[in-house]
Amino acid sequence: MAEHDSKYTLEIKDLEVQFKTVDGVVKAVNGIDLAIEKGKTLGLVGETGAGKTTTALSILRLVPDPPGKITGGTITLEGKDLFSYSEKEMETIRGSQVSMIFQDPMTSLNPVMTVGDQIAEVIQLHEKIDPKEALEKAKAMLEMVGIPGNRGTEYPHQFSGGMKQRVIIAMALVCNPHLLIADEPTTALDVTIQAQVLDLMQKLREKYGTSMLMITHDLGIVAEVCDNVSIMYAGRIVEHGTLEDIFNSTSHPYTEGLFGSLPNIENRNEQLKPIPGLMPDPTDLPPGCAFHPRCKYCKDICKSRVPAVTKLSDTHLVACLAYEEGTGVTLGGGDNE
Amino acid sequence: MENKKAKKRSMTMEVCQRLARNKMAMLGLAILVVLVLCAVFADVIADYETKVVAQNIANRLKGPSAEHWFGTDEFGRDIFARIIHGSRVSLVVGLISVSVSLILGGILGAFAGFYGGRVDNVIMRVMDIFLAVPSTLLAMTIVAALGSSLVNVMLAIGVSGIPTYARIVRAAVMSVKDQEFVEASRAIGATNVTTIFREIIPNCLAPIIVQATLSVAGAILSTASLSFIGLGVQPPDPEWGAMLSGGRNFLRDAVHLTLFPGLAIVITILALNLLGDGLRDALDPRLKQ
Amino acid sequence: MHKYVIKRLIMLIPVVIGVSFLVFFIMSLAPGDTARTILGEDAPIEAIEALNEELGLNDPVLIRYGRYMVGLAHGDLGTSYKSGRSVFTEVMSRFPDTLKLAFWGMIFAVVLSIPIGIISATKQYSLIDSVSMVFALLGVATPNFWLGLMLIIGFSLHLRWFPSGGSEGWKALVLPVITLGTGCMANITRTTRSSMLEVIRQDYIRTAKAKGVGYRSVIYKHALKNALIPVVTVIGLQFGSLLGGAVLTEAVFSWPGVGTYLVNSIKAKDTPAVLGCVIIFSICFSIVNLCVDILYAYIDPRIKSKYK
Repeated sequence: MAEHDSKYTLEIKDLEVQFKTVDGVVKAVNGIDLAIEKGKTLGLVGETGAGKTTTALSILRLVPDPPGKITGGTITLEGKDLFSYSEKEMETIRGSQVSMIFQDPMTSLNPVMTVGDQIAEVIQLHEKIDPKEALEKAKAMLEMVGIPGNRGTEYPHQFSGGMKQRVIIAMALVCNPHLLIADEPTTALDVTIQAQVLDLMQKLREKYGTSMLMITHDLGIVAEVCDNVSIMYAGRIVEHGTLEDIFNSTSHPYTEGLFGSLPNIENRNEQLKPIPGLMPDPTDLPPGCAFHPRCKYCKDICKSRVPAVTKLSDTHLVACLAYEEGTGVTLGGGDNE
Repeated sequence: MENKKAKKRSMTMEVCQRLARNKMAMLGLAILVVLVLCAVFADVIADYETKVVAQNIANRLKGPSAEHWFGTDEFGRDIFARIIHGSRVSLVVGLISVSVSLILGGILGAFAGFYGGRVDNVIMRVMDIFLAVPSTLLAMTIVAALGSSLVNVMLAIGVSGIPTYARIVRAAVMSVKDQEFVEASRAIGATNVTTIFREIIPNCLAPIIVQATLSVAGAILSTASLSFIGLGVQPPDPEWGAMLSGGRNFLRDAVHLTLFPGLAIVITILALNLLGDGLRDALDPRLKQ
Repeated sequence: MHKYVIKRLIMLIPVVIGVSFLVFFIMSLAPGDTARTILGEDAPIEAIEALNEELGLNDPVLIRYGRYMVGLAHGDLGTSYKSGRSVFTEVMSRFPDTLKLAFWGMIFAVVLSIPIGIISATKQYSLIDSVSMVFALLGVATPNFWLGLMLIIGFSLHLRWFPSGGSEGWKALVLPVITLGTGCMANITRTTRSSMLEVIRQDYIRTAKAKGVGYRSVIYKHALKNALIPVVTVIGLQFGSLLGGAVLTEAVFSWPGVGTYLVNSIKAKDTPAVLGCVIIFSICFSIVNLCVDILYAYIDPRIKSKYK
């Protein structure tokens, strides 16, 4: 533990989150492990509904309750157990030690408050500073994200989507957090703006030495900003490794499927190979490996046995029966090509 | 085509299922069913001539008893029988006046929304003027001018409800008119009028159904209000508001004269509101959850 | 903003013209002979003819309307057929009493409804939420004149706490204000609750929480101002039903306001008086709606920036 304190900003162990709805219990997150080294960026990749946002909200302890509940596991931030904090203590952590950038900048800012006030509010919450100074600091922060400071007196509707996301980035980083969670920060933006925003985030993150959890479904973004990658499917981590591990020695059939869904620039005649089927219904996850109904290498054993984590190298982990001894599951070829 | 029909039917099914799951809405519906049955079988429950209008001074101002469940009024008439027959008046006024608002308002709103421009401007400015007069006052003015009678009350309440529907239908028409299926129907040569009736109206039914349920409640309330100040249904016809007005003079000694007709109004309005709220939630699942 | 207010004030003029025409037109549909109503059934034909001529009732509607509007522009609402006095004076002498009733009714409704709505929304499905929602539903369903009668039975006939009529002193105000305000209160409570529920699910509320804003501050600083936008609209609309309701409330409590005057005028077929009351009420309603629109702009910067 003590040794980890120095190495990791965030460690998640065996996290479980469930939502109770009229249609049954939604198992959004089913025992995941994640770790982010200081100053590094971890990419959390998966389709919509894989449980990525729920994982992120768990770190802030903001999973909407009811209906959501963290039912198991631990989250450790800078060596301290997050679940041991009171709600009041959590409030001092949110925004100062952990910040989050949300997916949709259009709806993430309060429409009836000026952007300057919204940034100054974070500063005042976490630093002992008088309102005037807070506003000055907010202005400076706006300049830093490339917005003229005097626009701080304007309201969110007077900004474009990309500008709003810059404001949100300013708000997230103004108190110098240890960890920045970015939940698909560019999905809602135009492609040209996406690059600018990513660039800005990278620059500021490096400047402050912030660790980052980058949630995305875009492997292009992963390649650009991440050091490590975790692939998430139906509330579980199915593959984890360094950027090279994931991109150069892709191991899990689902990860392979994600790459197969991308067009290949070098060979445009090549057919896209999208993953067949849809994400499973989270109230009724398939038994065994949750991916088996969509997996082209699926064998009978995959339908009943939950795969354990196999260590392929020091950095590369995978949860697939094909890497476990004596299961008889093999990858490659595939039987329905 | 088959497919589209099937889809429509299943959507209606889904709305009904959602509605059925809403206990409050079902309670409202149950009360309404009882009320409608009372109204339909009023003559079976209590004879109009002998129980509802015939006066019997010997029996006046009697409290509730086995014979007269809700007691008798100042003319010795059975209040229970009068309330049952009064439900006919209320439901009929409610339905007819809302139909008047719905049809006239709907047509005006559809034309305003569909044609836009000058037509829209003229229609909606006129509607604004209607809206500038508080609707109860507008209804009072109309009844005052035309004279107190059931038909005039229905007309007055119906007219004062026109702007509401004109606005709803206009907004709904404007939001669907540029959608593809409407363009498609125009492209295959449908005339404007057929487009309005075939494509647009069915697609803006949801808000109209909700509003109509709630306005029946409003109309019943307005009728009672008008009758209460002597502008609505005239005696000896039984009407809840008129009964309340008659009972005012006996507040101290015969509370049942005002209590029961008032409760009848409250329960009816409550039932309609519960159903209306339930319908709104069922038709717009986004709001729930 | 000043420009906007002035523009809106100018826009009141066509509304007043439209409303007065509408009401004038409706009243002119009245069957029967006004002069005969004034002079009584037995009056000689010559006298009726003479009075009709004197009142200008033989002229076409449009000419009569034109004459009326010229008067209106000078603050003259005509002469009451019944009392022979200026309608404007008659209405204005009663107006403060009605305004007092409407004002306190609205205050009563707003002061209670908004906190209840907020608590209901933030404690959704709790006991306090269920209780207030049942009361709100009943409040919407209860006709105010019946509520008034029940209050009289309970609080003035039995408990003798408050008088059942008149307008002297604050005690006389209590029951009419509750009678008039309850319906509005119920409506505003429901709107506040649903609007608050909608707002606390918005992304920007999650952003505020993620910033470390405390619970109370999230509700009262971030959510409330957004949630108030539809509430203000409803308050404006409710004011219209409040004016209508004032007529009934005044009837129940024999409150000496414009409502009682209106009902008596309607019964007496006193056309100029009816016209005057309805026009005054409508102007009042329009002014309130103007205030609501201005308040709206004050709350919501998106609307304000449209007016600049």
